[in-house]
Amino acid sequence: MNSTTEQAPALPEARRVPGPPGGNASGSGPKKRKRSKVPQQSFRSRLRRDKQMLLMMLPGVAFLLLFFYIPILGNVIAFQDYQPYLGIGDSLWVGWQNFVDLFGNPDFVHAFWNTLYLAAWQLVFLFPVPLVLALIVDSLISTRVRRIFQSIAYLPHFLSWVLVIAFFQQMLGGAGFVNNLLRDWGMEPIPFMTNPETFPVMVVVQMIWKDAGWAMIIFLAALASIDASLYEAAAADGAGRWRRMWHITLPGLRPVIVLLLILRIGDILSVGFEQFILQRDAVGAGAAEVLDTFTYYTGVVGGGWSSGAAAGLAKGVVSALLIYGANKLAHRFGEDGIFAKQVR
Amino acid sequence: MATTLFTKKPRELSYNPKRPVWKEKPSALYQTVKAVVLIVFSLSILTPILLVVSTSLADTEQLVKAGGFVLWPERPTLEAYATIFKGPMVLQSLGVSMLVTAVGTILALFVTITMAYATSRSVLFGRPVVLAVLFTLLFAPGLIPSFLMIRQLGLLDSLWSLILPGIFGAFNFVVMRSFFMNIPGELIESARIDGANDWQILWRIVMPLSKAVIAVVGLFYAVGFWNSFFNALLYINDHSKWPIQLLLRNFVVQGSGAADQLGITTTPPPQSIQMAVVVVALVPILMVYPFLQKHFAKGVITGAVKG
Repeated sequence: MNSTTEQAPALPEARRVPGPPGGNASGSGPKKRKRSKVPQQSFRSRLRRDKQMLLMMLPGVAFLLLFFYIPILGNVIAFQDYQPYLGIGDSLWVGWQNFVDLFGNPDFVHAFWNTLYLAAWQLVFLFPVPLVLALIVDSLISTRVRRIFQSIAYLPHFLSWVLVIAFFQQMLGGAGFVNNLLRDWGMEPIPFMTNPETFPVMVVVQMIWKDAGWAMIIFLAALASIDASLYEAAAADGAGRWRRMWHITLPGLRPVIVLLLILRIGDILSVGFEQFILQRDAVGAGAAEVLDTFTYYTGVVGGGWSSGAAAGLAKGVVSALLIYGANKLAHRFGEDGIFAKQVR
Repeated sequence: MATTLFTKKPRELSYNPKRPVWKEKPSALYQTVKAVVLIVFSLSILTPILLVVSTSLADTEQLVKAGGFVLWPERPTLEAYATIFKGPMVLQSLGVSMLVTAVGTILALFVTITMAYATSRSVLFGRPVVLAVLFTLLFAPGLIPSFLMIRQLGLLDSLWSLILPGIFGAFNFVVMRSFFMNIPGELIESARIDGANDWQILWRIVMPLSKAVIAVVGLFYAVGFWNSFFNALLYINDHSKWPIQLLLRNFVVQGSGAADQLGITTTPPPQSIQMAVVVVALVPILMVYPFLQKHFAKGVITGAVKG
């Protein structure tokens, strides 16, 4: 997409004169300069040239090391019997024992299956909603209606999960608005928020409430980029509303749909941590325990650092494999996926 | 209708298309279904917000009569707000949240801008650093190691534990970097010929050109800091350092200990007190929302398409 940095390694001093933005054939200019100047800049001179830029990278790199890469190494405690007073250096190594214990632990196995179960609910019921909303919004003629709806629909995305759950409690909780009305009308209150049986439905509804409108944005952008003359030509050839949607709209949206599916698959084991931790007390661990909450309660609350870390590590590795696999699959089907073009 | 428009002003139709001529007018059924979906969705979002705001403003008499909730306060009163601001907890947690949001956003912008600019030009180590950032999208270190890191740094129960883990986001980095990469190299080169160093170029040339994207990313960070609650749950035990979201969780969502936790003795109905706390957490977001909305669609799309 952007050619200026792609040529970086070959043309070190070209940093000062990157080609025109987006111009692919910019190679010849800088190349000539290169020959006329120093033939090959040494590492040292590049270091001197870039020292201010390197200084600028420093805060970000320090952040990555402190809060990302060193903690990744900290995962070694998953292979230890970690004791806080001994530290990582002196704790006993136990090999794979933590993982063996974990998969023998019914609570973990339950959390694992529950995560997949809730993720399946989300994938099936949550994914289509923004797409349908986007199709409806895109078909609106009046820009005013469109703008008003978009303003309303995007708002919940910016509210914290705490607020969202608070809203749901006030509306649907045991002493909430709806149940008050039901009582006034002489009906039995419905335990929307505390019934473990219907918890997956509740989770999906909350997610739709919070993020469906926001997720619509990306579909709307994709819809807007479909060439309108395609529709016109199809209509002239006699294609009706639904045939146009099937043969033009959906193929046009395919890359975006694939991209979002990959992202969702990679996120599948994270289902929605804050959402569950906020409601775990209300519906009980049976329905709301997922891998992340298991990690939190075992590790941080229960002090089982090593088994918590093992659970977290297992989750992280599986998630990464899922993203990688989904991306590979997308390439197989001729789509870009996420890690195709961006690494420059 | 389309035909009348067409016969009247054909030029303007192609310029500002209402309904393209080839598009058939949708059936009444289809129109109704669309309208119902949009209205139900909008109402489901607006009703809880209205309910919460109204209940926080309602007076005791009306609340008791209505059984706890009202959709419209008949005699609006600020009693509930006066009460929550009498105790120390709400004010304290608001202060904490504001401090964390302000300091966090400034630091986050600094780290993200410098990092994005330095890697947007071809420099030594630029590529591996970008890869190192993108890798964070693929894999997360996990809860326990992050917790141990914060403890190791001695940040438990310190407000820095709420700020530092949030000062760099890969997504915001990608948005910002793809914007910087589109700034023409000639511009930067000419500044260099005039004797500017990299910091001056960033400050005098690049940042003034990128005000919009900086605003978007800054708002994203700010909303993130304001909304974050889990870090506080993990790292902060001291009640006086609770951010507003954690207060909200413990006081409204879990509903335990309600009034005495806030250091309040006399109470209007607990319902309106709780709702007042919800509103206090909600208002800042509502205030920045118009700005966010103006810019974010663009930011999200450039990020999504490029990254």
